[in-house]
Amino acid sequence: MLDFFWTYLWPLIIILAESVLMLVCVLVVLAYLIYADRKIWAAVQLRRGPNVVGPWGLFQSFADMLKFCLKEPTIPSSANKGIYVLAPLVASLLALSAWAVIPVNTNWVVADINVGVLYIFAISSLMVYGIIMGGWASNSKYPFLAALRSAAQMVSYEVSIGFVIITVLLCAGSLNLSAIVQAQDTRYGALGWYWLPLFPMFVIFFVSALAETNRPPFDLVEAESELVAGFMVEYGSTLYMLFMLGEYVAIMTMCAMATIFFMGGWLSPIPYPPFTWVPGVIWFFLKGLFFFFLIAMAKAMVPRYRYDQLMRLGWKVFLPISLAMVFIVAFVLQYGVLQNGLLAAK
Amino acid sequence: MIVAALFFYLFAGLCVASAFMVIAARNPVHSVLYLILAFVNAAGLFVMMGAEFLAMILIVVYVGAVAVLFLFVVMMLDVDFSQLKQGVLQYLPIGMLIGGIFLAELLLVVGSWAIGPGIPQAIVAKIPAKISNTEAIGLVLYTRYAYFFEAAGIILLVAMIGAIVLTLRHKERVRRQHIPTQVTRNPKLAIEILKVRSGQGLGSNT
Repeated sequence: MLDFFWTYLWPLIIILAESVLMLVCVLVVLAYLIYADRKIWAAVQLRRGPNVVGPWGLFQSFADMLKFCLKEPTIPSSANKGIYVLAPLVASLLALSAWAVIPVNTNWVVADINVGVLYIFAISSLMVYGIIMGGWASNSKYPFLAALRSAAQMVSYEVSIGFVIITVLLCAGSLNLSAIVQAQDTRYGALGWYWLPLFPMFVIFFVSALAETNRPPFDLVEAESELVAGFMVEYGSTLYMLFMLGEYVAIMTMCAMATIFFMGGWLSPIPYPPFTWVPGVIWFFLKGLFFFFLIAMAKAMVPRYRYDQLMRLGWKVFLPISLAMVFIVAFVLQYGVLQNGLLAAK
Repeated sequence: MIVAALFFYLFAGLCVASAFMVIAARNPVHSVLYLILAFVNAAGLFVMMGAEFLAMILIVVYVGAVAVLFLFVVMMLDVDFSQLKQGVLQYLPIGMLIGGIFLAELLLVVGSWAIGPGIPQAIVAKIPAKISNTEAIGLVLYTRYAYFFEAAGIILLVAMIGAIVLTLRHKERVRRQHIPTQVTRNPKLAIEILKVRSGQGLGSNT
């Protein structure tokens, strides 16, 4: 019995505790990222933003959450009820499950799997189902149109994200996220991270991440001037909150991915003391926050793309560039043009 | 091993059940969703066999891309379900034929395991213990099976071009946005600045 406990139950308890800790951290950070998003947006438009609930409005997100949970959930009578309820659950659960493999510091990861990159890529390719299911199950015109748009948009930009990830994998030589960060650990610090040698891919990744998470300027899924509120028109209360939670967690995941792939994850930008004394998780958090700030500013500053422009950008601009970069990076790595350069400096 | 067996039966059971529901579900959209569930459970089985690369590729390619298109098409179809159900018995012979062929093939594959236990080991290239299975697949796929891999790529390319050729219609008189001309436009080409005297307008010179 004791043997059974130590071989099966104890690891299970540890895994559960780690997962719960990760989830709580992600959700608390999420609450303040939503707050930060609204504050940044307000500052750009010379407004104050949320400033009433708690000191400086710091409890605004929690008040919103309470409001969503206490409202009466309504299900349209002509909706396909099972799928209608399932869709937001799929969206939020998938988004949260991506955090199982994201390392925030050396060995600080719930599941350090060998194919971590592919796992995240698989999860983000599944994210489209929450939207399609929600749009279809609502049994209403606008949500359905938005769902069709989003399916096309997310599938298109996944292709270029895939190629960007391939170039990073070629440089790092591993599918393990921790190994990718360690491959960027050179004596040049911030200049040895992949954003510099792979700068075009870094830009493409950032823009594709905006499109993949349906953030402005690519928020055609919920273009309110055309589709009211997109695929979520019929949703309210807790179900709506789950959709929004999934969306923001997906944005956090994209920030974390950009941090890991291009900004050296938890590594310090200057690899000498006293900067190396700072815990890695703080560097990780700051870098992620930097990306979130960029995404929030993009929302505040850039006008929405038209749908045909969006498709043109994805298929005619990003796809050829990223495909060409895969060949160039593979060629350079194979024939050693940079043998004495940055990539060999570990 | 008990836990592994439990998970195997969970994934396998769910996989078979959802595969059955694919054909039993009344609503075609539900069918596609059950198909996705079957794919995900199959990926779970792959992970249990230690083939995590295959599992992830199964999800990325089949669930993330192929099934999305399925769902897309099925949602757009405006079908009368009762009408659809009427013809089911007509297809029974063909369905049974295909089912029979699959059953025979499965029996052959599983039978070879039972008849000659040495056969699988003789065919399968040994997976080196030290490297991950992503690397192992790459080492075999791009060396021993390079020509098959390239052939598969060409077939897919031909299929893609074929689909485009079949559906592409060049419509006349459609106003398209021509990005290069738009970008190369400058103020000199686009606008004309005229001095207009008050009370006279542009007159006849325009």
